[in-house]
Amino acid sequence: MGMILISALSMGAIGAVLAGFLAFADKKMKVEEDPMVEALTGALPGSNCGGCGFAGCRVFAEALMKGNALPNACVAGGSETSKAVAEIMGVDAGSMKRNIAVVLCKGGNNEAERRATYRGEMTCTAETLTGADKSCSYGCLGLGECVDACKFDAMAMNENGLPVVFYDKCVGCGACARACPRNIIEMHPEDHKLFVYCRSRDKGAYAKKVCKVACIACGLCVKDCSAPGGIALKDNLAVINHDVAPQNDESIKRCPTKCILYGIEESVTRSNYFASIRK
Amino acid sequence: MELILIFISASLINNFVLTYFLGICPFVGVSNKTENALNMGFATTFVMTLTAAATWPIYNYVLVKFNVPFLQYVAFIIIIAALVQFVEMYIRKASPSLYRALGIFLPLITTNCAVLGLALFMVMREYSFLESIVFGFATGVGFTLAIVMMSGIREELEFADIPKHFQGISITLIIAGMMALAFMGFAGLIRG
Repeated sequence: MGMILISALSMGAIGAVLAGFLAFADKKMKVEEDPMVEALTGALPGSNCGGCGFAGCRVFAEALMKGNALPNACVAGGSETSKAVAEIMGVDAGSMKRNIAVVLCKGGNNEAERRATYRGEMTCTAETLTGADKSCSYGCLGLGECVDACKFDAMAMNENGLPVVFYDKCVGCGACARACPRNIIEMHPEDHKLFVYCRSRDKGAYAKKVCKVACIACGLCVKDCSAPGGIALKDNLAVINHDVAPQNDESIKRCPTKCILYGIEESVTRSNYFASIRK
Repeated sequence: MELILIFISASLINNFVLTYFLGICPFVGVSNKTENALNMGFATTFVMTLTAAATWPIYNYVLVKFNVPFLQYVAFIIIIAALVQFVEMYIRKASPSLYRALGIFLPLITTNCAVLGLALFMVMREYSFLESIVFGFATGVGFTLAIVMMSGIREELEFADIPKHFQGISITLIIAGMMALAFMGFAGLIRG
């Protein structure tokens, strides 16, 4: 009986002393954490994509609190997230434009020539280091590093060896554009519809020899463009000035290689892409 | 001299992780990045040293005095739990980034059997107070050494071509076994 009593008392005493010590430490070491930061972090998607320009969702939330970021800067979450964030912050969400990734190369396995067979590490970055197997030194290598970089299931490699962006899934974080060693992917606001799907700066004759859909810098689109200065030739490549160029398909009609196209990005959604390959 | 011997014995020869196989959970769980492994090692070393310092007086002045040494398991567990809570508060205050990096593994030090093992060995070997603290610190150093070495190897392994069925935890356990074999070599340091 005595032993049980002693056991209970000694354990109780040890427990009480420790509890007191912890309670004291808790008071002393209280961390002043802003509950707003917690709430904001909770409202963000949490994918840490870096699309807002900050290192992660939490860092973005802290920047929001300090006033260094705009509530609608989160591209991954879209308008719903910016609405939620603005509600927590107590400000007006404002309108925001979504960016989407555009793959500026149409020279897949069927169109572009390969001068060798690459058998190394199957990533585009590694292949770039070897000089790559494509004759065109500006075209897509087709190993899908951009698809691996996408965290939103918004990209896939098609059977022609080119990446496709799903218009409905892309949040405009730009991870694919950063992953591409040849800088083929550009980020554009979704109201841009006219693109030259080629990055080749080779002379027209060579560009056409190695790829059926290369821009050969013939200048027909420049002549046909209804807005002056909308399309210009630079380094053997037609370059579109999106601020000036008309948003219509007038200028693309005479393109001999059909590398300038209008409004095709928005036609590809995830569901209709997979429906089309199942057929 | 005795203290140096205890230090070398606990950190190298009788390394907790690699000869007693205590504390395998964080050893496997937090050893994928050297930076995190090092932080985990430091946190564990800190907890172990404090544990040694806190359990010795309680064992000798409370449990032995009242003739209830069989309570050591229960007593040690609550002391360790309280200390880990304290360390968690301290790290949260001192370094929020470290707090986030350690994440769930920080409270898991509570259930790290190496810490309880340390307290029990300390009692079993009848160390003095100073010896206990050196023993606790040396055990932590040994744990840090093992986990950092493991993380170094695992970072290299990222690039290795491992057969499919050995990938992940299996290759980690195989490497732990090899490291344990290598650490057996230290047994020759002290004769007798």
